[in-house]
Amino acid sequence: MQKSGGAVTHMQQSLINLEEMEALDDIIFLVGSAEIINKMPFIQSRIPFDDDVMSFLNEVSKEIMSIKETRQYADVVTLAFWLRKASLMKLKERFHKQSSNLHLGKGLAFHIAPSNVPVNYAYSLVTGLLMGNVNIVRVPSKDFPQVRLINRAINKCLDKHERVRQYVCLIRYERSSKLNDLLSSIADIRIVWGGDATIAELRKSPLKPRASEITFADRYSLAVIDSDKYLELENKDRIAEDFYNDTYLTDQNACTSPRMVIWMGEQKKKAKDIFWAELHKVISKKYEYRTIQGVNKLTSSYLLAVMNEGVKIENTIDNLIVRVNIPNVSANLMDLKDNSGFFMEYDCDNIMELRNLCDDARCQTIGYIGNSNVFMPLLESGIKGVDRIVPIGNTMDFDLIWDGYNLYDRMTREIVIDAM
Amino acid sequence: MTFEEILAISPYSLEKNEKYRLLTSRLTELTRLHRQNCPEYARILTSIGYNSDEILDYKQIPFLPVRLFKELSLRSVPKEDVVKTMTSSGTTGQAVSHIYLDKYTSSNQQKTMVKIVSEFIGSSRVPMIILDCPSVVKNRIMFSARGAGILGFSIFGSNKIYALDDSMKLNVEKISEFLEKYRGQKILLFGFTFMVWQHFYKELLRLKQDGITFDLSEGILIHGGGWKKLVNEAVSQGEFYSKLNEVCGIRKIHDYYGMVEQTGCIYMQCECGHLHASIFSDVITRRPIDFSECEVGEKGIIQVVSTIPESYPGHSLLTEDEGIILGEDDCACGRKGKYFKVVGRIENAEIRGCSDTYAAKFN
Repeated sequence: MQKSGGAVTHMQQSLINLEEMEALDDIIFLVGSAEIINKMPFIQSRIPFDDDVMSFLNEVSKEIMSIKETRQYADVVTLAFWLRKASLMKLKERFHKQSSNLHLGKGLAFHIAPSNVPVNYAYSLVTGLLMGNVNIVRVPSKDFPQVRLINRAINKCLDKHERVRQYVCLIRYERSSKLNDLLSSIADIRIVWGGDATIAELRKSPLKPRASEITFADRYSLAVIDSDKYLELENKDRIAEDFYNDTYLTDQNACTSPRMVIWMGEQKKKAKDIFWAELHKVISKKYEYRTIQGVNKLTSSYLLAVMNEGVKIENTIDNLIVRVNIPNVSANLMDLKDNSGFFMEYDCDNIMELRNLCDDARCQTIGYIGNSNVFMPLLESGIKGVDRIVPIGNTMDFDLIWDGYNLYDRMTREIVIDAM
Repeated sequence: MTFEEILAISPYSLEKNEKYRLLTSRLTELTRLHRQNCPEYARILTSIGYNSDEILDYKQIPFLPVRLFKELSLRSVPKEDVVKTMTSSGTTGQAVSHIYLDKYTSSNQQKTMVKIVSEFIGSSRVPMIILDCPSVVKNRIMFSARGAGILGFSIFGSNKIYALDDSMKLNVEKISEFLEKYRGQKILLFGFTFMVWQHFYKELLRLKQDGITFDLSEGILIHGGGWKKLVNEAVSQGEFYSKLNEVCGIRKIHDYYGMVEQTGCIYMQCECGHLHASIFSDVITRRPIDFSECEVGEKGIIQVVSTIPESYPGHSLLTEDEGIILGEDDCACGRKGKYFKVVGRIENAEIRGCSDTYAAKFN
């Protein structure tokens, strides 16, 4: 870890004045330096999926996988897997459109990663790099081992890829509107994770007139399970693992984590009994339950009962899973959502019953078991929410289309080149 | 069983079985009463399929997490009947509990308190020094826990002074005069643990160096409000007592455990250093994983039940404290009932997730 400071060359070529340079002293650099930041506004953008970047990322993937410690962290393994050449080539095929127009990175991307998800910052960085941008990423303030591991790999690979070095600064800083202002003022695009409160904080720092912003606001997600389909499936333990990864792995507090499980089909009762029993086995083995979660979930279930008539709190064997059956669903139920294994449940006979719940811009992902066609009438009814419908187990899978944004389009600019 | 009948019984006189019978009878009755009069409480009972016929033991009665009183206005009497609203002293920025008292419940709180505390300081009023400042009780409509505690204990004082002025400075002259006047007599001192340490002990220590000392060897100090703030100062309970004794000769010091949500039913610390449940209330420790009852000696979440509350559904509560039941009916001090210790607050877990606390740091 290296603190910035000292003399900086190319002052004449800098957008940052001396006073602002001093503000950089408060930055801790995990990757990069103040000098690099100072030059960043003048670094050329690249075309998306540029060869230098692709080979760099592939090497980072290899490097991460070669570190023994990696195996302890499923999230880091998933990241490394995503960074493999084959995986990146697939992305390239999907997004690199054949047209006479040219795409180029927007320029300088300033990312603010959420402080309590270890690996998210890396996805943000990689996306910015792949799209041809120069990147400053504010990483989680907490010293996650995953962050250290990934950064070690990045630093090592940068030594071999000097041409990428100018494109990456990973930084930490304590509360500083001054630094938010400074970094926002030089950004061409600002990517803000961390929810409504963080977005509101960053919005106090103006962007350049042509700069744009991608904001990942507070969202909620749902699961829809066709009970008949579920009962047909063989590997119920695998499904339980998948659902665990969608929920408990992030304390059921990621924007993609289902807060409510909606049951469809004819055999709801039977399916529920098996589903929750299988899940309970996985949680008992893997989850680190904390006392306050049990107290909070009891509080939340009683609040739900008070605020909604006809609520039934299911009698579960312990506090690992708390389930509350809701007689009618609407979006404002989500004001009473909780985490760490707190599930609202709804017995649904017609998908259109979910219209109000999904007609809210905060509604993000539906994880499902069954047939995705079921959702078409709901989607076509013109709802404001729902950005993704993915099988249970895939709710956390990162993609360049995320949270309703096509990040390829958002993080590049398109130069129109018309034939004569 | 009415509350008057319970009041007629000596606070630490009942053995386990008698006490359980009393609690079961009174608490099932209170559950019925609140279900009838507090619609929110009724919904909660309905949501868990509560059936009073199945309740054989007061331990089976549902408990409300104390945070519910921060999120909701829970009353079992008409608004017009509320004579006092007590608020918890939440940390700055946090929501506070609102506890609604009618005349009857408020008066029973006081009577209960008198019965319990008299067991420790005797039944006649004594000169009293309040180790706090007068302004803390000025706002009579909204009582804070500190104000409520002071007012609650003030009934034991025949003549009272506040040891601190409103700028939290120790009023040396006033205290000297007071001690002179009541020399050789039993004196009650009351304050919150942290205030006692910060504004009384530390000041006495400083004065001692200047040659000014107070003789409080006839004093009885009752203090409460938890050790949370003193943990930061790395002061243990033993140290707290021995240092206070060193600086002013005080020998009788009683901590107590209590909360605004169940005012009146305080748990006084006996001569053996144990917190005691009186017949008016009980503590049950529960396992975090499934809320089953802990064994004696096993740490768990503290549930408190109280026979007092009729104006709000707070007769059975799950606190956010952890404690250990040390025994029952057999404390060396001779008092019947459970005795226990409080370990501390439940740790506030850091929850993972995309929406984070970054912005909160700017406040």
